[in-house]
Amino acid sequence: MDTLRGLALLLLCQSAGEALSRLTSLLLPGPVIGLLLLIALLQLPAVRAPVAAAAEPLLQHLSLLFVPVGVGVITHLGLVQQFGGRMLAAIVLSTWAGMAVAALVLRALMPAEPPAGQPATAPAEARVEPPVVH
Amino acid sequence: MQNFVELWVYLSATPLFGLTATLTVYVLAQAVYVHLGQAPWANPVLWTVVALALLLGATGTPYPTYFSGAQFIHFLLGPAVVALAWPLWQRRRELRRRALPLLAAALAGGAVAAGSAVAIGWALGLPADVLASLAPKSVTAPVAMGIAAQLGGIPALAAVFAVLTGLVGAVSAKYLLDALRVRSPQVRGFALGTASHGVGAARAMQVHPDAGAYAALALGLQVVLAALLMPVLLPALQFLSTMAP
Repeated sequence: MDTLRGLALLLLCQSAGEALSRLTSLLLPGPVIGLLLLIALLQLPAVRAPVAAAAEPLLQHLSLLFVPVGVGVITHLGLVQQFGGRMLAAIVLSTWAGMAVAALVLRALMPAEPPAGQPATAPAEARVEPPVVH
Repeated sequence: MQNFVELWVYLSATPLFGLTATLTVYVLAQAVYVHLGQAPWANPVLWTVVALALLLGATGTPYPTYFSGAQFIHFLLGPAVVALAWPLWQRRRELRRRALPLLAAALAGGAVAAGSAVAIGWALGLPADVLASLAPKSVTAPVAMGIAAQLGGIPALAAVFAVLTGLVGAVSAKYLLDALRVRSPQVRGFALGTASHGVGAARAMQVHPDAGAYAALALGLQVVLAALLMPVLLPALQFLSTMAP
C-alpha cells in the first residue's frame, strides 16, 4: 500500500510541476519542479515511508527506463549516416571531459574521508541502503 | 505459415509487443551482465538497445509501433526524476555540509560536458539543431528533451544523445577514473552521475553503495542546475550557429 501511496505522491508532484511549468514562465521542466516540490513535502514525516517505497524500486531500475528512447536511434538513421562519426566524437570526448573535470574538482575540494565505516560522518538516518540492482 | 504471418502481424501491431520485447530483452541482457561479472562493456542498456534495434530492423517493425508498447516504460522517466528527491533528501546533511565542493564540481563538470560537446560539434561542422540537441546531453533524458526544445533542438534526438552519453560514461568511467587515479567511491560516483546521468548512476549503484548515492546526488543536482542554467547558453548557441567553423 505504501508503494501505491508513494507512486500517487510522485505523480501528484509531477502533475503539479507540469502545471506550474506551463502556467508560469519558469524555465524548469515539470518533473524538475516536481522534484523540488517533493523535497519540500518530505519535511512531513508521514510521506517519507510511502515515498521511499515508490522511489527506491523506480531508481533501482532507472537504466531500463532509457531503453525505449535509446531504441529511438533507428528513427535518426539519416542523421547517423550523415554525421554519425562526428556526433559520436562530440559525445564521447565531451563525456570524458565532463567526468574528468567533475572528479578532479571534487577531489581537490572535498576533504579526504576517514577510512571505511565513517561513523561520524553518516548519521544512521541519512544513510542510504545499498540499492540492490537486479 | 500463412496463419503464423497473420498472427505476427496482429501481435506486432499491439502495444503488447513493444512492452514484452523491451522487458524480456532487458532481463536477458541483465542476466548476461551479471554472468560476466558486471563488466562495463557488457552494459545491459547498451545491448538491449542494440538487440531491439536489430529486432525491429529484421522484422520491419516501425518505431511508432514499438513505442506504442514501450511508452509504458518510457512514461516512468518523469516520476523517476521526481523520485530523485528521495536520495537528495536522505543525503541532505551531507549535501549541506559539502555544499560548496559538490556544487562547484557539478557546475564545472556539467558546464565542461555541455560546452565541450557543443564546441566539438561546432568545430566538426554539425548543423545548429544538432548542436542544440547536444547541449543538454549530460542531463537525464526527459529533462534533456525539455531543454533541447527550448534551445531549438530536436527533443527526440536530444534524448538519444542523452542515452548515448549515459552509455559512454557507464562503459568507460572505470578506465578513465582509474587512469586519473581517482579512488574515492564518492568522487567516482559523483563524476559518473554528473557526466552520464541515470545510466551512469545505475552503473555506480552496482559498483559501490556510496558511489551510487553520490551518483544519484550528482544526477539530481545536474537536473536542477542544467534546467536553471541551460537557457543562459541560448545566446551563445545562437551566436555559434550563425558562424561557420
